[in-house]
Amino acid sequence: MEAAAANPLVPNIAEIVVGLIAFSLLYIVLRSRVVPMFEKAFTARTEAIEGGIAKAEKAQQEAQAALASYTLQLSDARGEAQVIREEARVQGAAIIEELRAKAQEEATRITAAAHASIEAERQQAIASLRHEVGTLATELASKIVGEALDDQVRQSGIVDRFLNDLEQSKK
Amino acid sequence: MHITGHLASGPGFVPPSTTDFKLPSIFGHSDYATKPVVLVFFSVIVISLFFILASRKAAVVPSKLQFAGESIYSFVRKDLGQEIIGAGFLDYVPFLFTLFVFVLVNNLFGIIPLIQFPTMSHVSFPYVLAIFTFVIFHAVGIKRQGFVKYLKGIAFLPGVPKFAYILLTPIEIATYFLIRPVTLSLRLFANMFAGHLLLLVFIGGGNYMLHDSHLFMKILSPFSFGFGIVMTFFEFMVQVLQAYIITLLSALFIAGALVEEH
Repeated sequence: MEAAAANPLVPNIAEIVVGLIAFSLLYIVLRSRVVPMFEKAFTARTEAIEGGIAKAEKAQQEAQAALASYTLQLSDARGEAQVIREEARVQGAAIIEELRAKAQEEATRITAAAHASIEAERQQAIASLRHEVGTLATELASKIVGEALDDQVRQSGIVDRFLNDLEQSKK
Repeated sequence: MHITGHLASGPGFVPPSTTDFKLPSIFGHSDYATKPVVLVFFSVIVISLFFILASRKAAVVPSKLQFAGESIYSFVRKDLGQEIIGAGFLDYVPFLFTLFVFVLVNNLFGIIPLIQFPTMSHVSFPYVLAIFTFVIFHAVGIKRQGFVKYLKGIAFLPGVPKFAYILLTPIEIATYFLIRPVTLSLRLFANMFAGHLLLLVFIGGGNYMLHDSHLFMKILSPFSFGFGIVMTFFEFMVQVLQAYIITLLSALFIAGALVEEH
């Protein structure tokens, strides 16, 4: 034993055998039980990270699409509001114009009616006045001249001629 | 600590020697019951248990234990597998991983209290590892390129003038079939052997000085112990580094066998 120990580079058969067995045993255990499990964990982790990234990217795309759609809707709504406002302004102006025209027409109509009524009343007054003046004058003349002028036809002809002369002289 | 007994009882200071690495059998006289043999099997059990427990759940969000195991595994997988071997590296990760943790734990036995013996300081174990690497990288080369083409690629480097083969062919053959496995195993063995010897010198020396009759020696002994502690930290670095180097070189050899042109 002591003699063999002198050269540390000389291998020991027992230790060679033990080394081969021990290393092979460890290799089998690590290869079959440990390495596949770690690889499984790595794969799962890579997938989880890649899945997460894909999910985040999808969410971002969706958010951007939603934002674009909202912006579009907002600008549409703004345009629509502008159109409605413009329409309302135009309509308002039209209504005011219409009302003004109506009022004007009404005023014209009322004025015209008043004029007509005044004219009618004036004509009536003139007619009645002419009749009464005629009667009064005839009565006065009858009383002065007698019954000779009783004839209706003659009477009205004389009065009319008189009045016409009167009107003519006025002019 | 197994040497302190006979050091203290000796007539003067007996420096530690290669005989200190020849440990008696724990029970009986069998070579299969020595401390390094027990330690090697112990390392297999400890490593297997640790990694089986760490990888059992294979959770997406790892526990602390899983994270610890994964860190070691992914270090070998990425820095020694993916970066060096490249395409198809996954086939060799189990071997590289086994090699790394096996050497790492057996090296660390050199400074773990109560164990304190680096099993790789027994040259048989590094020989075994070199045999594995040797067989694997040649098998990979033969499988990938065919037996004749692979040997031709080694013996006759392409793109070299014909007369240079007189010099290069013997060198290349020696490199691939002798120098690589021998250096691979001896590097690991020598580092662990020398490291252990160094610790024996300082700690054994400190112990001897402490038990010396001169007061002067007793006063100086803490310095020896102190340096032993410093060397322990240094050894830790060497042990991790050597585990890394043997795995790195094995990966490089496999990568070399995988590519068509050398």
